[in-house]
Parts: sequence; structure tokens; C-alpha cells
Amino acid sequence: MASEDKLEKDYEMAPEIAELGLEERPDGPGAAAMLAAGIGLFALGLFTVLSEASAGLHDWLESWDFDKGVGPLAGKTTVAVIVWAVSWIALAIGLRGKDVDLKKWFWVALILGVIGALGTFPPIFLSFAAE
Amino acid sequence: MEISSREAWTVIHGLLAGTLFLLAFAGGLAGLWSLRPGFLAPTAIKERMRRLYIGVWVMAAAAWITVISGTWIVYPWYRASLAGDDYSGCAGLALPNAASCSPRDFLKSNVSGQTATWHEFGMEWKEHIGWAAPILATAVAFLVTYYGPRLIPRTWLRVVTIVMFVGAFAAAVVGGAFGAFLNKVAPIV
Repeated sequence: MASEDKLEKDYEMAPEIAELGLEERPDGPGAAAMLAAGIGLFALGLFTVLSEASAGLHDWLESWDFDKGVGPLAGKTTVAVIVWAVSWIALAIGLRGKDVDLKKWFWVALILGVIGALGTFPPIFLSFAAE
Repeated sequence: MEISSREAWTVIHGLLAGTLFLLAFAGGLAGLWSLRPGFLAPTAIKERMRRLYIGVWVMAAAAWITVISGTWIVYPWYRASLAGDDYSGCAGLALPNAASCSPRDFLKSNVSGQTATWHEFGMEWKEHIGWAAPILATAVAFLVTYYGPRLIPRTWLRVVTIVMFVGAFAAAVVGGAFGAFLNKVAPIV
């Protein structure tokens, strides 16, 4: 559905917003924000699991702490935030001015986010610990 | 009456920024919930949206302050390795101290009951999942700002925004609740 059609439908659903003089807004930037959040959470969970599974990656993630004593948590969180920010910027540029099916993008984001959150749950990520 | 620098930072991390986050959540949730068709007059929508924009961005900022101060300032004091591999520095202690037994040493040593699980489950979960809160809160702040009053007719989008908002809150609750318990069992001093 095009943005202008959506706005007309919005006015039908909630006539009170018609007086506000809203401009048309495509769903691309909204989809970018949702998916980037899902990607960020997925990265957080993935790095948490991989830090347990791989000694080499554990050491690399720990190198992000710049002698502050944070340990591998520094790398896991910093790299996840970088992945989130970069993916948001890339998606925002790619989807700028475009209309997309927001529901599809949300479900993908939700699946990624749930997997990521599970990756931060100790009984799960500790089960990947290298012997 | 005295408070150490470490205790002050713990208060800033958990009590000030954390409480601000929870307060902003309560206001934000009420604001989002009330964005229903036929519920608000146009003038009320304008006023409500202004408050909501401020609330969601304050919530996102508070979440970032909480996790950054927690990870980069408070957490190194918690995880310092002071007691040795056998945790002998914690022997006979009832609480951790800054000289020979960090909170993590204290919990893992089990010198004051079965405390290791507080670290292995509580702290390990808290330190990771807490970072989901600012990511989700920032995405929600953007969605609320971007769509604004358009959230009123779009019920599905409003519900999705609330789901993400509650997700941010849930992550903060895990962090906040375990933080409070951990600071009771093994305070940072």
C-alpha cells in the first residue's frame, strides 16, 4: 500500500488526526529500526555464545577492554552495538523513501531478537563452553 | 555520613539512572496505551505526543547511561581478581573488600554459604541481557518519533511498539533485580 493510501486509511480510522496536517511517511525507516534492533540483539547473543565456544574469539573480545578490567564483556557489547548501529545506518539508507511490508520485517526482527536474547541466557551460552 | 566513590557510582548506575528508566517506562507505557482511535482530541494528541517523545528519549538515554556506567565503571570493581585462584583472600570474610576479595571472588568462593550461583547465573545473565534494553529503547524512541500520531489508527504498529518497549523493560528488570540482590549479597565497597 502506498504512503498516501495509508494516510487516507489512517484518517478513516482516526478522523481526529486529520486536523494535525500530517505528512506521508513510508514504512522503510520503521522497518530499518526494527530489523536493526533484532540484528543488534542477535549479535549480542551470538558473541556471548562464541566467546564461550572459542578461546581465540574470547581473547579477541577481551582485547576491546583497553585494560579497564571489563574482560570479554567489553568486546561482546561494544561489537554488538557497532553491528546494531552499522546495520541500522545501512538499512536506513537502503530503505529510505520505500514502502515495505512492515509485518514481515517485524517478524524477522522478532525471531532474531529472541534468538539473541536466548544466547545471553547463562544455561544456554555456558553449555557452549570449550572444555 | 559517608559514601565512597564506588558506592556513589553504584548508586548512579542502579538507583538514579535505573530508576529514571523505570519511571520513564511507566509514563511511556501509559502514553502509548492511550494512543487509541477516538480517545483523544487533536489538541490533547499534540500535548500527549510531546510528552511521549520526551519520555521515550529520556528512557533510551537512561538505558544507555545505565549499561555504560555499569559495564565500564562498576563492573571492573565487581570482577577484579584479588583473592587468588583458591580464593584464599576471601577466607573468613562475611563481605567482600577492595583489598583482597572482590564481589566476584567472594561469591565464587562460597565462604558465606552457597553463593557461586549468584555469579554464575545472576551476574552472567544481568551483564549481557542488560544491553538489550538501550537497543530496544532507542528503536522504540525512533518509531514513536517517526510515526507520531500515526500510531493512533495503526493498532498493529502500536502494539508492536509496546512489545518492544516491554522487551526493553524486561531486560532492565533482569539487570535491576539481579543488581539489587547481588549488591545485597556481595556489595561493591
